[in-house]
Amino acid sequence: MTETPLLRYTLRLADNALVLGHRLSEWVGHAPVLEEDLALGNLGLDLIGQARAFYAYAGEIEGKGRGEDAFAYLRDAPEYRNVLLVEQPNGDFAATMMRQLFYSAFAHPFFEALQASRDATLAAIAAKAVKEMAYHVRHSAEWIIRLGDGTDESHRRAQAAADELWTYTGELFEIDAVERALIEAGVAPDTAALRATFDKTIDNVFAEAGLTRPGASFMQSGGRDGQHSEHLGFILTELQFLQRAYPGAKW
Amino acid sequence: MYTQALNTKDMAAAAEDPAHDARFQSRVDAEEKIEPNDWMPEAYRRTLVRQIAQHAHSEIVGMLPEGNWITRAPSLKRKAALLAKVQDEGGHGAYLYAAAETLGVSREELVAQLLDGRQKYSSIFNYPTLTWADIGIIGWLVDGAAIMNQIPLCRCSYGPYARAMIRICKEESFHQRQGYEIMVTLCRDGTAEQKAMAQDALNRWWWPVLMMFGPSDKDSQHTDKSMRWKIKRFTNDELRQKFVDATVPQGHYLGLTFPDPAMKQNEKTGHWEHGEIDWSEFKRVVAGDGPCNRQRIKQRRDADDNGAWVREAALVYAEKRRARAQAAARIAAE
Amino acid sequence: MTEKNWPLWEVFIRSRTGLAHRHVGSVHAVDAEMALQNARDVYTRRGEGLSLWVVPSSAIVASDPADKDVMFEPTASKIYRHPTFYDVPDEVGHM
Repeated sequence: MTETPLLRYTLRLADNALVLGHRLSEWVGHAPVLEEDLALGNLGLDLIGQARAFYAYAGEIEGKGRGEDAFAYLRDAPEYRNVLLVEQPNGDFAATMMRQLFYSAFAHPFFEALQASRDATLAAIAAKAVKEMAYHVRHSAEWIIRLGDGTDESHRRAQAAADELWTYTGELFEIDAVERALIEAGVAPDTAALRATFDKTIDNVFAEAGLTRPGASFMQSGGRDGQHSEHLGFILTELQFLQRAYPGAKW
Repeated sequence: MYTQALNTKDMAAAAEDPAHDARFQSRVDAEEKIEPNDWMPEAYRRTLVRQIAQHAHSEIVGMLPEGNWITRAPSLKRKAALLAKVQDEGGHGAYLYAAAETLGVSREELVAQLLDGRQKYSSIFNYPTLTWADIGIIGWLVDGAAIMNQIPLCRCSYGPYARAMIRICKEESFHQRQGYEIMVTLCRDGTAEQKAMAQDALNRWWWPVLMMFGPSDKDSQHTDKSMRWKIKRFTNDELRQKFVDATVPQGHYLGLTFPDPAMKQNEKTGHWEHGEIDWSEFKRVVAGDGPCNRQRIKQRRDADDNGAWVREAALVYAEKRRARAQAAARIAAE
Repeated sequence: MTEKNWPLWEVFIRSRTGLAHRHVGSVHAVDAEMALQNARDVYTRRGEGLSLWVVPSSAIVASDPADKDVMFEPTASKIYRHPTFYDVPDEVGHM
């Protein structure tokens, strides 16, 4: 598929939000405590809302009349542009909160910076998203601290989650030709510059949680260009089933 | 509908003080609200705990048949709306547990009674959601039936329950509309397959929905006292009839056929009269042999069990922090 | 093993247009931060710009003037009788 840099960039943002929102929605009715069912639902709704806004813009950029559902329901995995982190399975509650911490500790400063984009639509979406992601950071950070500094079992699970997911954090800060073009145009923030903020957040949270940040390790990559883990296929199978089984039907 | 399994023990008059009883009844008759610290007959308290708890359990268990379609919702608009709806139901459960707790029982104890079968939830949630049309049906009919029941409860005699119901009713408005809108999309604007999907869903859900209102008045043991205490404001049959009258024209607009060959409109009264309900099915489902009873309870038990380490960790962390804060305060004071 | 319960907190909300905080219900939480977040998630699910107060339920002292002649309880009692408001020594076990 030939995508302009702006289109690919926007789809990356949309797909991140959709896949992560979808993963969170799997928790509803199964959370450890009722209040958390509601909290996870809120997080999921924030992300799905962001996805819809980005997809709508992607459709405008492309100019071929594709709406949000065409992007979400009719692209196969190789056309999805989300990072590998968000498609990882929920695992236990520690793994879900760790994934949320890693993602939002990146997304919050990212949207803060994106507010200054020369692209007015991206800036507007970012202005709303940054408020939402501030809450995501706070919520997931507090849970990681409670779990890290809770019982032996919760500590073990939180550390295991950190060790398992750390390898997916590098991809959040990758800069390729797509980003370079947009950074130059003043549309995209320089994510390399966000790394320090991310690291500080993680270090602070891990220190309070008594967790160890995994050392330098190989960073998995490829999601942003359509090379995903085995998980995305299963996610899309569920997500897209009805539209694929009843082509052309309106819902 | 949350009185579907009220216990005779709850209702039995314990050795009550007749003077206090009379004073209490006159307050209720005067439409005064009974508040947590007010004197109340023990039977009133027990009945309310069970009714409010079963209402709360219904909301929580009700998240499951709809929740399992969020990941398969066929458009982003439907996905977001369904996630919000299910989350609302969880919120309603939270309000109701909070109201029940004002009567001197903990939420944990109520959940334990749900999981071991001492307390029930609305029978309707023991049926499976097999297609996307079921999601439309639930919003249209199940929420519709619940609203019939909930609006009178806003004037229930017990203050915390009435106030919770007012908040719930304010939030319900979009649930039924969302469900009916799904049905309109399937029936009026849909393909032949979608129309068939909608009809099939109605065929499976119509009778269980009628059963939601509970046994016929002539077979209802507890109505009298519940009505006197203004915990219940209308009888089962009254609510059921109101629901049928409102719903049948909505179904006809969709071009659907109700799976009741005996249904006809009474020319004189205008009421839609339905055929005989199979009460043996209702009894079976309430007793635990519906299609999904075991599965629903297992899911709730699993959520509870799998979450135990999380809840414990949070408590341990809070205690550690308090201890540290106290130690720091002591040192600072020295 | 009897799992210890999360304490109860009462929630008060003042809407953007409101003049005072209103009692809206309760949440379970282990500490104040969690209570605030839970109150936000349960009682203000799609609202913004609200002022939230949370108070441990057991800390609230109540005097309910309605119907003094049938009130057995002395004034200045708890807002309601909840199993967790009253500390039972561990040795006594689950009550």
